[in-house]
Amino acid sequence: MSAPSNKKFENRLVQWIDDRLPIFSYADANVIAYPTPKNLNYWWNYGSLAGIILVIMLVTGIFLAMNYQPHADVAFASVERIVRDVNYGWLLRYLHMNGASMFFIVVYIHMFRGLYYGSYKAPREILWMVGVTIYLAMMATAFMGYVLPWGQMSFWGATVITNLFSAFPLVGDYIVTWIWGGFSVDVPTINRFFVWHYLLPFILIGLVIVHLWALHVHKSNNPLGIDIKSPQDMMPFHPFYTIKDLYGLGLFMIFFMYFVFFAPNFFGEPDNYIPANPMVTPPHIVPEWYFLPFYAILRAVPDKLGGVLLMFAGVFVLYVLPWLDTSKVRSATFRPIFKQMYWIFFLDCIFLGYIGFNSPDEQLLGMKMLYWGRIATAYYFFHFLVLLPLIGKLETPKPLPSSIYEEVAKKCRAKED
Amino acid sequence: MTDNPTNTAEEIDGPRRDFLLISTSALGAAGVAVAAWPFIHSINPAADVLALASTEVDLSAIEEGQSVTVMWRGKPVFIRHRSAAEIAEAESVDTSDLKDPESDADRVQKAQWLVTVGVCTHLGCIPSGQSVGDNRGEFGGWYCPCHGSHYDTSGRIRKGPAPFNLPVPPYAFTEDTMIVIG
Ligand code: HEM
Ligand code: FES
Repeated sequence: MSAPSNKKFENRLVQWIDDRLPIFSYADANVIAYPTPKNLNYWWNYGSLAGIILVIMLVTGIFLAMNYQPHADVAFASVERIVRDVNYGWLLRYLHMNGASMFFIVVYIHMFRGLYYGSYKAPREILWMVGVTIYLAMMATAFMGYVLPWGQMSFWGATVITNLFSAFPLVGDYIVTWIWGGFSVDVPTINRFFVWHYLLPFILIGLVIVHLWALHVHKSNNPLGIDIKSPQDMMPFHPFYTIKDLYGLGLFMIFFMYFVFFAPNFFGEPDNYIPANPMVTPPHIVPEWYFLPFYAILRAVPDKLGGVLLMFAGVFVLYVLPWLDTSKVRSATFRPIFKQMYWIFFLDCIFLGYIGFNSPDEQLLGMKMLYWGRIATAYYFFHFLVLLPLIGKLETPKPLPSSIYEEVAKKCRAKED
Repeated sequence: MTDNPTNTAEEIDGPRRDFLLISTSALGAAGVAVAAWPFIHSINPAADVLALASTEVDLSAIEEGQSVTVMWRGKPVFIRHRSAAEIAEAESVDTSDLKDPESDADRVQKAQWLVTVGVCTHLGCIPSGQSVGDNRGEFGGWYCPCHGSHYDTSGRIRKGPAPFNLPVPPYAFTEDTMIVIG
C-alpha cells in the first residue's frame, strides 16, 4: 500500500513475476520489511485479530449459506437442520454465532485502544473515520445476520429496529414499508436481509483495505504517542510482529473456542429458539449485547424521534472526535486529567450497556433504570462535547520523551540492571 | 564445528531456531488441515438426506407389461413387471456380445421384476420406455433420446454411446410384492 520497494529477489521466477506484477514487493513492503514502531504493546494486536475474525466469519458464513434457506417458512427449520443434520453444521453455526460476539469484543478493544493512545489525532483522522465506517457496517451486518435464524428474537428485533425509521416525520412510514418490502417483517424482508448480510462483509473487506492503506501512510501510532523520527525507532514487521500477532491469536482462539465448544449459547437469547411468531411478542426483548449501550441511549429519550437521533449521534460523534479533542498530545500516558476522564468514560459505556440490558422500570440504588440511563447518556455526550475540548485547553501534559528509541533503550537498561 | 571451543550464538541458535520454525509450521499446517475437514464435510449429504435414502414400493398394483417410476435419492428408479417374452429375450442374449457383459440372472432377484436406476449412463438423461406407447429402442427396453442409446429388456446397453448398463440399485423384498430400495 506504500510504494513498492526496489527489492530484488533471488528466485528468478519470483523476480520475473515481480517485474510484471509487483505483488512480492508489495508484500515485502507491507508485511515483511514494513517498518513498525519498536514499542507497540499488546493492545496493538487487536487490529490483526479483527482481520482474522473477519476471515473466519466469511468462511463459516459461506459454508452456512450452502445449507441455509432465506424464506420465512423454512428459515428456522433450515438452521435447526444445520445444527442437527448437516455434517459439522453445529460447529459452523457456533463459530459464526460466537464469532460475531468475538468480532465486537475485539473491535471494541481496538477502538478503546485508539481512544486511549490518541490514535485518532492528526495525521490519522481519516484512518479513524474509515474505522468508524467499518464499525457501522459491522453493526448493520450483525443486525441482519441475527434476523436470519427467524426465531422470536430475530423477528421482533427486526421489527423494532426497522420501526426506528418510522420516527422520521412524513417519510418515516414509507421508509419502513420500503425496507420491509411489505406491511410487516415477512418473506421479502428475510430475503433481502440475507442478500445484504452476504454482501456487506465483502464491502467490509474493501473498507479494511482502505483502512490499512491509510494506516501504512503514517504507520502505527504507539504507546508513547510520539512520532517516528528515525529508522532506529522502528523494526521490521516480520518476524517481530508476525510472531507477536500469532501468539496473541493463539491465546484469543482459546478464549473463542471455549465458548464455541463449552458455552455456545452464552451470548444468545433462549427465545431465539422459538420460531418467529408475528402474533406474539416475547415479554422481554433485548438486542445483542454489543448494541446495548445504544439501546440505553435510545430509551433514555422520552421522544421517539429524539431517541433515534440521539442513538445515531452516539456513533456519529466518533466521526468528529479528532476535532473535539483539542490536545496535541496523543497518548493518555502523558495526560493526567484526560487519563482519569478516559476511565470514567469507559465505565460510563459499560454502565450504559448494563442499563440497556435491564428493563427501564427496574430499580437501582433507589432510582429507576430509566433515570440512570438519562444520566449516563448525558455523560456520554458531555465527555465528547464538553470535556474533551476543555481538557485539551486546561491540562498541562507531562513532558514527552524525545524518541521511541531512547525510551526503549532506557527500559532495556533498567531490565539489565 | 570450528576450532573455537566455545560455540558462537549462531551455531547454537541456528539449529534450535530451525527446529522451532519447522516444527511449529508443521503443527500449524496440520492444524489448518484438520480445521478444513469440517468445512469440506459439511457439504456432503447431511444426516436427513441420508435418512431419506431408502424408498418402499408396493409392487402388487403393477400389471404384467406395465412399468412404474419411483423416486430414490432424487433419481428415478424404473420398475418393470416383465412379460414372459421379455424375460425370455433378456435371458437368451449371449453375454459375450455385450458392451457391458452381465447376465440377466445377475440383474434381477425375481425374473418378472426388473429394477434399475432410470438414468442413462452416458450423460444422465432419462431414457423413454416407461409407458407402453413410448419409443423403447431397437431392443424393446428403453431408448435415450439425448444421444441415442438403446437398452434391452434387462436394462443393458446394446447400442449407442452409453458405456454401461442401467445400474441395479440395492433393494430387498420385504414381502412377496413389497420392496425397499436403498
Ligand atoms: C473489521 C474491523 C477492523 C479491522 C479488520 C481493523 C484492522 C486494523 C488493523 C490490522 C490495524 C493495525 C494494527 C493495530 O493498530 O491494531 C488497525 C489500526 C487502526 N484501526 Fe482498525 N480495524 C477494524 C475496525 C476499526 C474500527 C471500528 C476503528 C475505530 C472506530 C478502527 C480504528 C483504527 C485506528 C485509529 C488504527 C490505527 C491505530 C494505531 O496505529 O494506533 N478500526 N485496524
Ligand atoms: S445421455 Fe443418454 S445417450 Fe447421451
